[in-house]
Amino acid sequence: MTAEQIISAPKVIVRDLNFYYGADRALKDINLVIPEKMVTAFIGPSGCGKSTLLRTFNRMYELYPKQRATGEILLDGENLLDKKQDLNTLRAKIGMVFQKPTPFPMSIYDNITFGVKLYERLSSHEMDDRVEWALKKAALWNEVKDKLNQSGTGLSGGQQQRLCIARAIAVKPQVLLLDEPTSALDPISTAHIEKLIDELKKDFTIVIVTHNMQQAARVSDFTAYMYLGDLIEFGDTSTVFTNPKRKETEDYITGRFG
Amino acid sequence: MSYSYLYARRRIVNMVSLSISVFTMLFGLFWLGWILWTLLDNGLPGLSLHVFTQSTPPPGSNGGLINAIVGSLMMVFVGVLIGTPIGILAGTYLAEFGQRGWLAPLTRFINDILLSAPSIVIGIFVYAVYVAKVGHFAGWGGAFALAILVIPVVLRTTENMLRLVPNSLREAAAALGAPQWKVISFVTLRAARAGILTGILLAVARISGETAPLLFTALNNQFWSSDMNKPLSNLPVVIFQFAMSPYEDWQKLAWAGALIITLSVLTLNILARVLFRQKANSQ
Repeated sequence: MTAEQIISAPKVIVRDLNFYYGADRALKDINLVIPEKMVTAFIGPSGCGKSTLLRTFNRMYELYPKQRATGEILLDGENLLDKKQDLNTLRAKIGMVFQKPTPFPMSIYDNITFGVKLYERLSSHEMDDRVEWALKKAALWNEVKDKLNQSGTGLSGGQQQRLCIARAIAVKPQVLLLDEPTSALDPISTAHIEKLIDELKKDFTIVIVTHNMQQAARVSDFTAYMYLGDLIEFGDTSTVFTNPKRKETEDYITGRFG
Repeated sequence: MSYSYLYARRRIVNMVSLSISVFTMLFGLFWLGWILWTLLDNGLPGLSLHVFTQSTPPPGSNGGLINAIVGSLMMVFVGVLIGTPIGILAGTYLAEFGQRGWLAPLTRFINDILLSAPSIVIGIFVYAVYVAKVGHFAGWGGAFALAILVIPVVLRTTENMLRLVPNSLREAAAALGAPQWKVISFVTLRAARAGILTGILLAVARISGETAPLLFTALNNQFWSSDMNKPLSNLPVVIFQFAMSPYEDWQKLAWAGALIITLSVLTLNILARVLFRQKANSQ
Protein backbone atom coordinates (compact mmCIF):
# COMPACT_ATOMS: atom_id res chain seq x y z
CA MET A 1 0.00 0.00 0.00
CA THR A 2 1.37 3.39 -0.86
CA ALA A 3 1.13 6.38 1.42
CA GLU A 4 -1.31 8.04 -0.95
CA GLN A 5 -3.70 5.16 -0.55
CA ILE A 6 -3.42 5.24 3.21
CA ILE A 7 -4.23 8.91 3.26
CA SER A 8 -7.93 9.19 2.78
CA ALA A 9 -8.22 12.89 3.56
CA PRO A 10 -5.42 14.89 1.97
CA LYS A 11 -5.12 18.44 3.31
CA VAL A 12 -2.14 19.64 1.36
CA ILE A 13 -0.89 18.19 -1.91
CA VAL A 14 2.56 19.16 -3.15
CA ARG A 15 3.13 18.66 -6.89
CA ASP A 16 6.42 18.96 -8.76
CA LEU A 17 7.73 21.53 -6.34
CA ASN A 18 11.11 23.07 -7.08
CA PHE A 19 12.74 25.75 -5.01
CA TYR A 20 15.62 28.05 -5.83
CA TYR A 21 17.94 30.21 -3.75
CA GLY A 22 19.16 32.35 -6.62
CA ALA A 23 20.53 29.77 -9.03
CA ASP A 24 20.81 26.98 -6.43
CA ARG A 25 18.11 24.39 -6.68
CA ALA A 26 17.26 23.50 -3.09
CA LEU A 27 14.17 21.34 -3.67
CA LYS A 28 13.90 18.91 -6.55
CA ASP A 29 10.53 17.84 -7.92
CA ILE A 30 8.90 17.23 -4.57
CA ASN A 31 5.60 15.32 -4.62
CA LEU A 32 3.92 14.83 -1.29
CA VAL A 33 0.53 14.54 0.40
CA ILE A 34 -0.07 15.93 3.87
CA PRO A 35 -3.04 14.21 5.57
CA GLU A 36 -5.65 16.19 7.45
CA LYS A 37 -5.56 16.33 11.25
CA MET A 38 -2.45 14.23 11.47
CA VAL A 39 1.16 15.03 12.28
CA THR A 40 3.61 14.82 9.40
CA ALA A 41 7.32 15.05 10.19
CA PHE A 42 10.10 16.10 7.82
CA ILE A 43 13.44 14.58 8.80
CA GLY A 44 16.86 14.56 7.23
CA PRO A 45 20.39 15.87 7.74
CA SER A 46 21.15 19.61 7.88
CA GLY A 47 20.77 21.32 4.54
CA CYS A 48 18.49 18.63 3.10
CA GLY A 49 15.74 21.15 2.42
CA LYS A 50 13.21 20.16 5.06
CA SER A 51 12.89 23.70 6.48
CA THR A 52 12.88 25.12 2.96
CA LEU A 53 9.99 22.84 2.08
CA LEU A 54 8.10 23.90 5.20
CA ARG A 55 8.64 27.56 4.39
CA THR A 56 7.09 27.21 0.95
CA PHE A 57 3.76 26.26 2.56
CA ASN A 58 3.16 29.81 3.80
CA ARG A 59 5.42 31.45 1.20
CA MET A 60 7.74 32.71 3.92
CA TYR A 61 10.49 32.87 1.31
CA GLU A 62 8.82 35.87 -0.31
CA LEU A 63 10.34 38.06 2.40
CA TYR A 64 13.65 37.58 0.65
CA PRO A 65 14.61 38.58 -2.85
CA LYS A 66 16.10 35.90 -5.12
CA GLN A 67 14.14 33.07 -3.54
CA ARG A 68 11.42 31.45 -5.63
CA ALA A 69 9.35 28.31 -5.96
CA THR A 70 7.79 26.58 -8.95
CA GLY A 71 5.17 23.85 -9.02
CA GLU A 72 1.98 23.56 -7.04
CA ILE A 73 1.00 23.36 -3.39
CA LEU A 74 -2.70 22.67 -3.11
CA LEU A 75 -4.53 23.44 0.12
CA ASP A 76 -7.99 21.88 -0.21
CA GLY A 77 -7.47 22.02 -3.96
CA GLU A 78 -6.43 25.68 -4.10
CA ASN A 79 -2.93 26.44 -5.36
CA LEU A 80 -1.05 28.42 -2.71
CA LEU A 81 1.79 29.32 -5.04
CA ASP A 82 -0.58 31.06 -7.43
CA LYS A 83 0.47 34.71 -7.65
CA LYS A 84 -3.21 35.66 -7.35
CA GLN A 85 -3.43 33.93 -3.98
CA ASP A 86 -3.66 36.62 -1.29
CA LEU A 87 -0.70 36.20 1.03
CA ASN A 88 -2.43 37.43 4.17
CA THR A 89 -5.44 35.15 3.74
CA LEU A 90 -3.08 32.28 3.07
CA ARG A 91 -1.19 32.95 6.27
CA ALA A 92 -4.44 33.12 8.23
CA LYS A 93 -5.06 29.52 7.16
CA ILE A 94 -1.50 28.33 7.72
CA GLY A 95 0.15 29.25 11.00
CA MET A 96 3.82 28.84 11.82
CA VAL A 97 6.01 28.40 14.90
CA PHE A 98 9.74 28.88 14.66
CA GLN A 99 12.87 27.28 16.05
CA LYS A 100 13.62 30.06 18.51
CA PRO A 101 10.71 31.41 20.53
CA THR A 102 9.67 34.76 19.05
CA PRO A 103 7.45 36.57 21.53
CA PHE A 104 6.66 40.08 20.37
CA PRO A 105 7.82 42.94 22.62
CA MET A 106 4.35 43.45 24.08
CA SER A 107 2.14 41.95 26.76
CA ILE A 108 1.15 38.29 26.74
CA TYR A 109 -2.41 39.36 25.96
CA ASP A 110 -1.36 41.58 23.05
CA ASN A 111 0.87 38.83 21.68
CA ILE A 112 -2.23 36.67 21.22
CA THR A 113 -4.49 39.41 19.88
CA PHE A 114 -1.94 40.71 17.35
CA GLY A 115 -2.80 38.05 14.80
CA VAL A 116 -6.51 37.83 15.63
CA LYS A 117 -6.99 41.56 15.08
CA LEU A 118 -5.66 41.21 11.55
CA TYR A 119 -8.70 39.20 10.50
CA GLU A 120 -11.50 39.64 12.98
CA ARG A 121 -13.24 42.45 14.78
CA LEU A 122 -14.13 41.07 18.16
CA SER A 123 -15.70 42.77 21.15
CA SER A 124 -13.40 42.96 24.13
CA HIS A 125 -15.38 40.18 25.79
CA GLU A 126 -15.05 37.92 22.75
CA MET A 127 -11.36 38.77 22.55
CA ASP A 128 -10.86 37.81 26.20
CA ASP A 129 -12.53 34.48 25.46
CA ARG A 130 -10.34 33.93 22.41
CA VAL A 131 -7.16 34.66 24.37
CA GLU A 132 -8.21 32.25 27.10
CA TRP A 133 -9.14 29.59 24.52
CA ALA A 134 -5.81 29.88 22.72
CA LEU A 135 -3.75 29.86 25.90
CA LYS A 136 -5.66 26.84 27.19
CA LYS A 137 -5.13 25.01 23.91
CA ALA A 138 -1.43 25.75 24.21
CA ALA A 139 -1.41 24.49 27.83
CA LEU A 140 -0.16 27.84 29.07
CA TRP A 141 -3.29 29.36 30.63
CA ASN A 142 -2.70 28.21 34.19
CA GLU A 143 0.80 29.63 34.23
CA VAL A 144 -0.04 33.08 32.83
CA LYS A 145 -3.68 33.79 33.61
CA ASP A 146 -2.70 36.20 36.42
CA LYS A 147 -0.11 38.09 34.40
CA LEU A 148 -1.63 38.61 30.98
CA ASN A 149 -0.51 42.23 31.02
CA GLN A 150 3.13 41.40 31.62
CA SER A 151 5.57 41.30 28.78
CA GLY A 152 5.77 38.07 26.80
CA THR A 153 9.54 38.33 26.71
CA GLY A 154 9.68 37.75 30.49
CA LEU A 155 8.50 34.14 30.22
CA SER A 156 10.82 31.14 30.24
CA GLY A 157 11.93 29.66 26.91
CA GLY A 158 9.42 26.82 27.03
CA GLN A 159 6.61 29.16 28.02
CA GLN A 160 7.59 31.57 25.25
CA GLN A 161 7.35 28.77 22.72
CA ARG A 162 3.90 27.77 23.98
CA LEU A 163 2.93 31.45 23.78
CA CYS A 164 4.00 31.39 20.14
CA ILE A 165 1.89 28.27 19.56
CA ALA A 166 -1.06 29.98 21.27
CA ARG A 167 -0.52 33.05 19.10
CA ALA A 168 -0.52 30.92 15.97
CA ILE A 169 -3.67 28.94 16.84
CA ALA A 170 -5.55 32.01 18.08
CA VAL A 171 -6.04 32.92 14.42
CA LYS A 172 -7.74 29.51 14.00
CA PRO A 173 -5.61 28.26 11.13
CA GLN A 174 -6.19 24.91 9.46
CA VAL A 175 -2.55 23.95 9.17
CA LEU A 176 0.19 24.48 11.73
CA LEU A 177 3.82 24.51 10.59
CA LEU A 178 6.38 23.80 13.30
CA ASP A 179 9.98 24.49 12.32
CA GLU A 180 12.15 22.62 14.85
CA PRO A 181 9.96 23.95 17.67
CA THR A 182 11.86 22.27 20.50
CA SER A 183 15.49 22.48 19.42
CA ALA A 184 16.11 25.52 21.65
CA LEU A 185 14.31 24.02 24.66
CA ASP A 186 15.24 21.82 27.60
CA PRO A 187 13.93 18.23 27.80
CA ILE A 188 11.03 19.06 30.14
CA SER A 189 9.78 21.90 27.94
CA THR A 190 10.25 19.62 24.94
CA ALA A 191 8.07 16.96 26.55
CA HIS A 192 5.43 19.65 27.21
CA ILE A 193 5.39 20.69 23.57
CA GLU A 194 5.30 17.11 22.29
CA LYS A 195 2.31 16.34 24.49
CA LEU A 196 0.73 19.50 23.19
CA ILE A 197 1.28 18.48 19.56
CA ASP A 198 -0.59 15.26 20.29
CA GLU A 199 -3.52 17.31 21.61
CA LEU A 200 -3.47 19.85 18.79
CA LYS A 201 -3.74 17.32 15.99
CA LYS A 202 -7.38 16.81 16.94
CA ASP A 203 -8.06 20.27 15.53
CA PHE A 204 -5.19 21.09 13.22
CA THR A 205 -3.16 19.54 10.46
CA ILE A 206 0.41 19.67 11.73
CA VAL A 207 3.66 19.59 9.82
CA ILE A 208 6.82 19.47 11.91
CA VAL A 209 10.46 19.76 10.91
CA THR A 210 12.78 18.10 13.37
CA HIS A 211 16.41 17.19 13.73
CA ASN A 212 15.52 14.73 16.40
CA MET A 213 14.50 11.34 14.97
CA GLN A 214 13.14 10.09 18.27
CA GLN A 215 10.90 13.12 18.30
CA ALA A 216 9.64 12.35 14.80
CA ALA A 217 8.98 8.77 15.89
CA ARG A 218 7.17 9.94 19.03
CA VAL A 219 4.91 12.65 17.67
CA SER A 220 4.27 12.00 13.99
CA ASP A 221 1.85 9.80 12.07
CA PHE A 222 3.67 10.23 8.78
CA THR A 223 7.32 10.85 8.06
CA ALA A 224 9.15 12.24 5.05
CA TYR A 225 12.88 11.62 4.81
CA MET A 226 14.71 14.17 2.71
CA TYR A 227 18.26 14.33 1.46
CA LEU A 228 19.96 17.04 -0.63
CA GLY A 229 16.68 18.51 -1.83
CA ASP A 230 15.12 15.17 -2.77
CA LEU A 231 12.24 13.49 -1.03
CA ILE A 232 13.74 10.04 -0.52
CA GLU A 233 10.93 8.30 1.28
CA PHE A 234 7.50 9.11 2.57
CA GLY A 235 5.15 6.88 4.48
CA ASP A 236 3.49 6.24 7.80
CA THR A 237 5.95 6.74 10.59
CA SER A 238 6.06 3.20 11.92
CA THR A 239 6.84 1.81 8.48
CA VAL A 240 9.51 4.39 7.74
CA PHE A 241 11.21 3.72 11.05
CA THR A 242 10.87 -0.07 11.28
CA ASN A 243 10.78 -1.19 7.68
CA PRO A 244 12.09 1.53 5.37
CA LYS A 245 11.92 0.81 1.66
CA ARG A 246 15.05 2.73 0.76
CA LYS A 247 18.55 1.94 1.91
CA GLU A 248 19.36 5.66 2.38
CA THR A 249 16.50 6.03 4.85
CA GLU A 250 17.60 2.99 6.80
CA ASP A 251 21.18 4.28 6.98
CA TYR A 252 19.98 7.62 8.31
CA ILE A 253 17.55 6.38 10.92
CA THR A 254 19.90 3.73 12.19
CA GLY A 255 22.58 6.37 12.62
CA ARG A 256 25.02 5.01 10.08
CA PHE A 257 24.83 8.31 8.29
CA GLY A 258 23.93 11.92 9.07
CA MET B 1 55.14 21.14 28.67
CA SER B 2 53.45 20.72 32.02
CA TYR B 3 50.00 22.04 32.78
CA SER B 4 51.16 23.99 35.81
CA TYR B 5 53.51 25.98 33.61
CA LEU B 6 50.70 26.67 31.15
CA TYR B 7 48.42 27.66 33.99
CA ALA B 8 50.99 30.05 35.52
CA ARG B 9 51.57 31.63 32.13
CA ARG B 10 47.84 32.19 31.61
CA ARG B 11 47.54 33.73 35.05
CA ILE B 12 50.34 36.19 34.28
CA VAL B 13 48.89 37.11 30.89
CA ASN B 14 45.50 37.59 32.51
CA MET B 15 46.97 39.80 35.25
CA VAL B 16 48.94 41.94 32.81
CA SER B 17 46.04 42.52 30.43
CA LEU B 18 43.69 43.23 33.31
CA SER B 19 46.14 45.81 34.72
CA ILE B 20 46.51 47.46 31.32
CA SER B 21 42.77 47.75 30.81
CA VAL B 22 42.18 49.07 34.32
CA PHE B 23 44.95 51.59 33.83
CA THR B 24 43.56 52.84 30.51
CA MET B 25 40.10 53.12 32.05
CA LEU B 26 41.50 55.18 34.92
CA PHE B 27 43.49 57.29 32.45
CA GLY B 28 40.33 58.14 30.54
CA LEU B 29 38.30 58.75 33.67
CA PHE B 30 41.02 60.99 35.07
CA TRP B 31 40.58 63.59 32.33
CA LEU B 32 36.81 63.41 32.55
CA GLY B 33 37.05 63.86 36.31
CA TRP B 34 39.43 66.78 35.89
CA ILE B 35 37.08 68.51 33.44
CA LEU B 36 34.14 68.03 35.78
CA TRP B 37 36.18 69.24 38.73
CA THR B 38 37.34 72.38 36.90
CA LEU B 39 33.79 73.11 35.81
CA LEU B 40 32.43 72.68 39.32
CA ASP B 41 35.28 74.66 40.85
CA ASN B 42 34.80 77.63 38.53
CA GLY B 43 31.11 77.32 37.80
CA LEU B 44 29.61 76.72 41.22
CA PRO B 45 30.56 80.15 42.67
CA GLY B 46 28.82 81.75 39.67
CA LEU B 47 25.64 79.71 40.10
CA SER B 48 23.07 81.80 41.93
CA LEU B 49 19.35 82.35 41.70
CA HIS B 50 20.11 85.35 39.44
CA VAL B 51 21.42 82.98 36.79
CA PHE B 52 17.96 81.51 36.42
CA THR B 53 15.92 84.70 36.79
CA GLN B 54 17.78 87.46 34.96
CA SER B 55 18.95 87.98 31.42
CA THR B 56 22.55 88.43 30.33
CA PRO B 57 23.86 91.71 31.74
CA PRO B 58 26.09 94.43 30.30
CA PRO B 59 29.58 94.25 31.81
CA GLY B 60 29.80 95.47 35.36
CA SER B 61 26.21 94.86 36.40
CA ASN B 62 24.29 91.93 37.83
CA GLY B 63 22.57 89.46 35.56
CA GLY B 64 21.94 85.88 34.71
CA LEU B 65 21.49 83.48 31.84
CA ILE B 66 17.75 82.90 31.69
CA ASN B 67 17.43 84.26 28.14
CA ALA B 68 20.25 81.98 26.99
CA ILE B 69 18.85 78.94 28.81
CA VAL B 70 15.36 79.42 27.36
CA GLY B 71 16.73 80.16 23.88
CA SER B 72 18.86 77.03 23.95
CA LEU B 73 15.96 74.91 25.17
CA MET B 74 13.70 76.25 22.41
CA MET B 75 16.18 75.64 19.62
CA VAL B 76 17.21 72.20 20.88
CA PHE B 77 13.54 71.26 21.26
CA VAL B 78 12.56 72.42 17.76
CA GLY B 79 15.72 70.92 16.27
CA VAL B 80 14.96 67.52 17.82
CA LEU B 81 11.29 67.84 16.86
CA ILE B 82 12.21 68.34 13.20
CA GLY B 83 15.20 66.03 13.03
CA THR B 84 13.92 62.99 14.94
CA PRO B 85 10.98 61.96 12.72
CA ILE B 86 13.12 62.35 9.60
CA GLY B 87 15.94 60.36 11.16
CA ILE B 88 13.67 57.57 12.41
CA LEU B 89 11.76 57.26 9.14
CA ALA B 90 14.92 57.29 7.02
CA GLY B 91 16.66 54.82 9.37
CA THR B 92 13.62 52.54 9.19
CA TYR B 93 13.73 52.71 5.41
CA LEU B 94 17.39 51.73 5.36
CA ALA B 95 17.00 48.87 7.80
CA GLU B 96 13.70 47.42 6.61
CA PHE B 97 13.58 48.18 2.89
CA GLY B 98 17.22 48.88 2.10
CA GLN B 99 18.28 45.42 0.90
CA ARG B 100 17.67 46.07 -2.77
CA GLY B 101 18.24 48.93 -5.19
CA TRP B 102 20.72 51.78 -5.25
CA LEU B 103 18.83 54.40 -3.22
CA ALA B 104 19.58 52.89 0.19
CA PRO B 105 23.37 52.55 -0.21
CA LEU B 106 23.49 56.10 -1.57
CA THR B 107 21.45 57.42 1.36
CA ARG B 108 23.68 55.56 3.78
CA PHE B 109 26.79 57.03 2.17
CA ILE B 110 25.45 60.59 2.23
CA ASN B 111 24.34 60.14 5.82
CA ASP B 112 27.85 59.07 6.79
CA ILE B 113 29.19 62.26 5.25
CA LEU B 114 26.58 64.31 7.09
CA LEU B 115 27.46 62.53 10.32
CA SER B 116 31.07 63.60 10.08
CA ALA B 117 30.49 67.04 8.54
CA PRO B 118 32.01 69.82 10.65
CA SER B 119 29.14 71.62 12.36
CA ILE B 120 30.46 74.99 11.21
CA VAL B 121 29.74 73.89 7.64
CA ILE B 122 26.14 73.21 8.61
CA GLY B 123 26.02 76.68 10.17
CA ILE B 124 27.31 78.37 7.01
CA PHE B 125 24.90 76.30 4.91
CA VAL B 126 21.86 77.44 6.92
CA TYR B 127 23.25 80.97 6.86
CA ALA B 128 23.36 80.87 3.06
CA VAL B 129 19.98 79.24 2.42
CA TYR B 130 17.98 80.76 5.27
CA VAL B 131 19.57 83.64 7.19
CA ALA B 132 20.83 85.45 4.07
CA LYS B 133 17.41 85.02 2.40
CA VAL B 134 15.34 86.40 5.30
CA GLY B 135 17.94 89.07 5.90
CA HIS B 136 18.50 88.68 9.63
CA PHE B 137 19.70 86.16 12.21
CA ALA B 138 16.86 84.16 13.73
CA GLY B 139 16.14 81.39 16.20
CA TRP B 140 14.53 79.30 13.44
CA GLY B 141 17.85 79.22 11.61
CA GLY B 142 19.52 77.85 14.74
CA ALA B 143 16.81 75.22 15.11
CA PHE B 144 17.19 74.18 11.45
CA ALA B 145 20.95 73.90 11.78
CA LEU B 146 20.56 71.75 14.91
CA ALA B 147 17.93 69.61 13.14
CA ILE B 148 20.44 68.87 10.38
CA LEU B 149 22.86 67.69 13.07
CA VAL B 150 20.19 65.52 14.70
CA ILE B 151 19.15 63.66 11.53
CA PRO B 152 22.33 61.63 10.87
CA VAL B 153 22.73 60.61 14.52
CA VAL B 154 19.14 59.43 14.87
CA LEU B 155 19.16 57.83 11.42
CA ARG B 156 22.29 55.84 12.13
CA THR B 157 21.18 54.60 15.55
CA THR B 158 17.70 53.74 14.28
CA GLU B 159 19.13 51.68 11.44
CA ASN B 160 21.63 49.92 13.71
CA MET B 161 19.06 49.17 16.39
CA LEU B 162 16.55 47.81 13.86
CA ARG B 163 19.24 45.60 12.38
CA LEU B 164 19.80 44.11 15.82
CA VAL B 165 16.18 42.95 15.88
CA PRO B 166 16.36 39.27 14.90
CA ASN B 167 14.87 38.39 11.52
CA SER B 168 12.93 35.61 13.19
CA LEU B 169 10.76 38.26 14.83
CA ARG B 170 9.91 39.77 11.44
CA GLU B 171 9.19 36.32 10.06
CA ALA B 172 6.97 35.48 13.02
CA ALA B 173 4.87 38.59 12.49
CA ALA B 174 4.73 38.07 8.74
CA ALA B 175 3.76 34.41 9.26
CA LEU B 176 0.62 35.60 11.07
CA GLY B 177 -0.27 37.47 7.90
CA ALA B 178 0.62 40.95 9.08
CA PRO B 179 1.38 43.42 6.28
CA GLN B 180 4.87 44.89 6.32
CA TRP B 181 3.87 48.26 7.75
CA LYS B 182 2.28 46.52 10.72
CA VAL B 183 5.30 44.28 11.21
CA ILE B 184 7.53 47.35 11.30
CA SER B 185 5.43 49.70 13.39
CA PHE B 186 4.11 47.19 15.93
CA VAL B 187 6.92 44.68 16.20
CA THR B 188 10.37 45.72 14.99
CA LEU B 189 10.27 49.42 15.92
CA ARG B 190 8.83 48.45 19.27
CA ALA B 191 11.57 45.89 19.82
CA ALA B 192 14.17 48.56 19.01
CA ARG B 193 12.57 51.46 20.87
CA ALA B 194 15.01 51.58 23.81
CA GLY B 195 17.95 51.82 21.42
CA ILE B 196 16.23 54.43 19.27
CA LEU B 197 15.43 56.55 22.34
CA THR B 198 19.09 56.32 23.33
CA GLY B 199 19.96 57.64 19.88
CA ILE B 200 17.65 60.61 20.32
CA LEU B 201 19.18 61.39 23.72
CA LEU B 202 22.65 61.13 22.18
CA ALA B 203 21.56 63.62 19.54
CA VAL B 204 20.23 65.99 22.21
CA ALA B 205 23.53 65.73 24.06
CA ARG B 206 25.42 66.33 20.84
CA ILE B 207 23.54 69.50 19.85
CA SER B 208 23.26 70.98 23.34
CA GLY B 209 26.83 72.16 23.23
CA GLU B 210 27.09 73.06 19.55
CA THR B 211 28.32 76.63 19.09
CA ALA B 212 29.38 77.03 15.48
CA PRO B 213 26.00 76.36 13.82
CA LEU B 214 24.32 78.86 16.13
CA LEU B 215 26.95 81.53 15.63
CA PHE B 216 25.89 81.82 11.99
CA THR B 217 22.16 81.44 12.50
CA ALA B 218 20.63 82.41 15.84
CA LEU B 219 23.63 84.56 16.78
CA ASN B 220 22.83 85.94 20.20
CA ASN B 221 20.50 88.33 21.94
CA GLN B 222 21.49 90.20 25.04
CA PHE B 223 17.89 90.75 26.05
CA TRP B 224 15.01 88.50 26.94
CA SER B 225 13.35 87.18 23.80
CA SER B 226 11.45 84.06 22.89
CA ASP B 227 10.77 85.12 19.32
CA MET B 228 12.15 82.48 16.97
CA ASN B 229 12.07 85.03 14.12
CA LYS B 230 14.62 87.23 15.85
CA PRO B 231 18.17 86.60 16.97
CA LEU B 232 17.91 84.26 19.93
CA SER B 233 20.23 83.99 22.87
CA ASN B 234 21.68 80.56 23.64
CA LEU B 235 24.13 79.08 26.10
CA PRO B 236 26.98 78.01 23.79
CA VAL B 237 27.32 81.39 22.04
CA VAL B 238 26.98 83.26 25.36
CA ILE B 239 29.70 81.06 26.83
CA PHE B 240 31.86 81.70 23.78
CA GLN B 241 31.43 85.49 23.95
CA PHE B 242 31.56 85.88 27.72
CA ALA B 243 34.54 83.60 28.19
CA MET B 244 36.51 85.57 25.60
CA SER B 245 35.65 88.90 27.22
CA PRO B 246 38.01 90.73 29.60
CA TYR B 247 35.23 91.24 32.21
CA GLU B 248 35.45 89.04 35.23
CA ASP B 249 31.69 88.90 35.92
CA TRP B 250 31.04 87.78 32.34
CA GLN B 251 33.69 85.09 32.67
CA LYS B 252 32.01 83.90 35.85
CA LEU B 253 28.69 83.62 34.02
CA ALA B 254 30.40 81.71 31.19
CA TRP B 255 31.67 79.14 33.72
CA ALA B 256 28.21 78.88 35.21
CA GLY B 257 26.72 78.33 31.73
CA ALA B 258 29.28 75.64 30.91
CA LEU B 259 28.44 73.88 34.16
CA ILE B 260 24.71 74.05 33.40
CA ILE B 261 25.14 72.48 29.95
CA THR B 262 27.40 69.74 31.27
CA LEU B 263 25.14 68.90 34.20
CA SER B 264 22.02 68.78 32.04
CA VAL B 265 23.65 66.45 29.50
CA LEU B 266 24.95 64.31 32.36
CA THR B 267 21.51 64.20 33.99
CA LEU B 268 19.91 63.30 30.67
CA ASN B 269 22.30 60.39 30.21
CA ILE B 270 21.85 59.10 33.75
CA LEU B 271 18.08 59.45 33.44
CA ALA B 272 18.09 57.48 30.21
CA ARG B 273 20.10 54.70 31.81
CA VAL B 274 17.82 54.52 34.84
CA LEU B 275 14.71 54.46 32.66
CA PHE B 276 16.04 51.71 30.40
CA ARG B 277 17.23 49.65 33.31
CA GLN B 278 13.74 49.74 34.81
CA LYS B 279 12.25 48.80 31.45
CA ALA B 280 14.72 45.95 31.01
CA ASN B 281 13.91 44.63 34.49
CA SER B 282 10.17 44.73 33.96
CA GLN B 283 10.47 42.68 30.79
